[in-house]
Amino acid sequence: MAENSNSQWREETVKVDGTDLLVVKGGAGKPILVLHEELGHPGWLKWHSALAKTRTVLIPLHPGFGRTERAEWMLTIRDLAGFYARYLKEQGLAPLDVIGFSLGGWIAAEMAASNPHQFRKMVLVAPVGIRPPRGDILDVFQMMAPQQLLATVLDPANTPEFPELYGGAANPEQFEAFEEARAQNARLAWTPYMHNQTLAHHLSVASALPTLLLWGNQDAVVPPSAGEAYRDAIPGARLVTFEKCGHRPEIEKSADFIREVEAFLG
Amino acid sequence: MHVMYFTERPYRYCPNDEIIKHGFFGIPNKHFDPVKGSQLLNEYLDEKIMAEELGFDGVMLNEHHDTAFCMGSVMDVEAAILARITKKVKIVLLGNPLPVVGNPLRLAEELAMIDMISHGRLVAGWVRGAGSEQFATNANPGYNREYFEEAHDFVVRAWTQPGPWRYEGKHFNYRFVDPWVLPIQKPHPPIWIPGLLSPETVVWCAKHRYPYVALATFLEPTVELWNIYRDAAAKEGYQVGPENFGYLQKVYVAETDEKAREIAKYDMFGGAGIGYSLFGQPQWMFPPGYNSREATRRVARQFSDPNAAKGTPFAGAQQSSAEERLAQAQIETRAGAWKENQVDIAATRKQIFDAFPQVERAMQVICGTPKTVIPKIRKVLEVLRPGIFAFWQNDGPISTEDRVNNIKLISTEVMPAVREMGKELELVSPFEVKPGSRPLPASGVPESVGSIAALAS
Repeated sequence: MAENSNSQWREETVKVDGTDLLVVKGGAGKPILVLHEELGHPGWLKWHSALAKTRTVLIPLHPGFGRTERAEWMLTIRDLAGFYARYLKEQGLAPLDVIGFSLGGWIAAEMAASNPHQFRKMVLVAPVGIRPPRGDILDVFQMMAPQQLLATVLDPANTPEFPELYGGAANPEQFEAFEEARAQNARLAWTPYMHNQTLAHHLSVASALPTLLLWGNQDAVVPPSAGEAYRDAIPGARLVTFEKCGHRPEIEKSADFIREVEAFLG
Repeated sequence: MHVMYFTERPYRYCPNDEIIKHGFFGIPNKHFDPVKGSQLLNEYLDEKIMAEELGFDGVMLNEHHDTAFCMGSVMDVEAAILARITKKVKIVLLGNPLPVVGNPLRLAEELAMIDMISHGRLVAGWVRGAGSEQFATNANPGYNREYFEEAHDFVVRAWTQPGPWRYEGKHFNYRFVDPWVLPIQKPHPPIWIPGLLSPETVVWCAKHRYPYVALATFLEPTVELWNIYRDAAAKEGYQVGPENFGYLQKVYVAETDEKAREIAKYDMFGGAGIGYSLFGQPQWMFPPGYNSREATRRVARQFSDPNAAKGTPFAGAQQSSAEERLAQAQIETRAGAWKENQVDIAATRKQIFDAFPQVERAMQVICGTPKTVIPKIRKVLEVLRPGIFAFWQNDGPISTEDRVNNIKLISTEVMPAVREMGKELELVSPFEVKPGSRPLPASGVPESVGSIAALAS
C-alpha cells in the first residue's frame, strides 16, 4: 500500500462534486492522468518514475476503492467517467494525456466516448469495457483477491515488481482495502460483467484522438481479442501486443512498456 | 410456544465425495437426477402433512439455490402446495431471499396467493440469501443489503397501500402497482426473520418488531445477540419477551442413543447453519460487497492470521462469549476448511466425523432416546427462552424410514414434554403476545430474555 508521501510523490485531496478525491501526484511538467485498475492504485512503480521525469503524474484514487469513501450516487463506470470529467474541468487540466489500466482503461474509454476533446492522447492498457469477441473477461468476482492478483501476471515469480507489491504475508488492512475495492467493482460492473454493451458504438467520436492500445498476448484477465474490438471501435487506434505477457505489461514488460508509451506520447 | 418442524429437504443421492470436494455450492448438476428429485420433493411434502397430523404448530420452509443440501429452489411453489394440502399448520417461510428473488412485486403476489389459499396461515420471512446465491441468480452482492431493505419496504407497502400507485425507487421501479391478490391476514401476514447472528439484521428486526429466529447458532453468542435486540428494542420503547425470539434446534431421536448418534452424524454433510457453512468455498460465500464493513473486518482477520485454525471445521464451537466474537464462529468455520486449494476427501470426511462429539457437546445437535434429549432441550429453552421453537432434523443422507421414525418419536415422546416446559417457563409465542407490545419496566432498563447463567447451572 502506498504511504502518504515520499521523495517522488505526495498525496493531495481535492473536492469534486462534494466528494473528497485523493490524488497521488508526482513529477513535474505537463500533466498526465493515470486511471488505476480494479484493486486500487498498486503503488509507485518504475514506469511512474520514468514518466514523472518529464511530466506531472496525477493518479486519482477512485472513490470507494479501498482508500476513500464511495460516492453513493455512482452506479456505473460511466458515472465515474463523468466524475473525472468534472475533476479535469474544475482543475483546468483538460486537454491532457491519459493512461488507463484495465478498469481504469474502461473509465478513460467512457470519457473519450463522451468528450474526446478532454484528452490529448490516450493509452489504454488491457482495458475491460468491451465484450471480447472471442473468450470472456475473467470473472474475478468468483475468486478471492489473492487469486485475482495472481491471474493478472503470466509469471508472478519472474515479474520483479510483483512480489514487491504483493509478496509476503497478507495483512488485515490490505485484505480490507481489496475487499472495499472489489465491492465497489461489483456495484459498478457486476452486470453486464465488466463491460458496457453500447461503448463500442460511441467510441467512433474519438477518431481524432490518438490512441494506443497495449496488450499482453497471454492476458488471462481480458482476452486480447478485446484489443481488436477496441482498435476497430476507435478509428486510427494502434494495437501493440507484447509477447509472453499477461494482463500487466507495465510490470511484466516494464522496459518495452515505457518505450512504447514514451514514443507515443512524445 | 410455537413448535415447528423443519428440514432442509436435501437431495440425498449426491455422492458424498462430491459434497466434500465442492461444498455447499458448485457441485455439477450432472449429479442431479430429476426422477429421484421428483420422489424426494413429494416425500418432503408428505412429511409436512404427517407433521401436521402429529401435532406440530408450524412447518417451516427455506430456500437455497444450486445446492444438494436443500431442494427448495423456489420455496413458494412448495408453500403454495402446502397451503392447499394442509389444514391447520402455519406455513412459515424463513425466508424468501429478497435480493435473490429480485422482483418484490411478484413476491408480494405469490405470498398473497399462498396466504389466501391457506386461509391466512402464512408466516412470511426474509433473508439476504447465502453468498453463493448471489452468483446463482446474478444478484449484485454489492447492493445486497440495499436490495433487501428496499424490497422489504416495497412488499409491505404493496400488501397494505391501496392501489394503483407508482413506485420509483433506487433499485426497483414499478409504474403500476395494483395487485389483485392480497393477503387475507391484516394488515399483513406475520413476518419473522431468520439468521446466523448478524448484529445488523438483529437491530433491523428490533426496529421493525419482527421476531428473530436463530438458526441453530451457538448458545452463548445467541444470548448476547438477544441482548443486542433487547437494547435496540428499548430504544424503540418496548420490552422484549420470548415472543421476539425463535430458535431452531437440531434433534435426532431413535430407540437407542447409539442409533440416534449414527443417524445424526450424517447431518454433518447435509445441514445448514454451521453444517453447511463449513463447506462453503470462500470465493462463493463472501462475494464482493455482500458483507458489511464490520463483517469484512472479521473475515480479514481470519484470512490474514497465519495462526488461525486451519481446516478445523468446528473451531467456532470453542469461541468465547466476547461480544466482538459474535458471528465470527460461522466465518471461521467457513474460512478454515477452504484455505488450501486441494481437498483431501478421506481426511476431510474423517475430520468432519471427528468433530461430531464437539458439535454434540456444544448442543449444536442433540441426539439420543427421548429420555436423553428432553433434559438437553430443556437447557436450550432455559438459556434462550424462545417463543418459537423448531425441531430441525433429517438433513443429509438419512433414509426415509429413519426420517419418519425421527419425526414420530419426537412428536409423540418429546414434543409433549417440550410443550409442558414452554408453559412452565412462560415461553409465549408471537401468536399469544404481539411482539413489541410489552412496555418497558418503570426503571427504563430493559430485562434480558436469555440467560447465560442458565447454561452453567
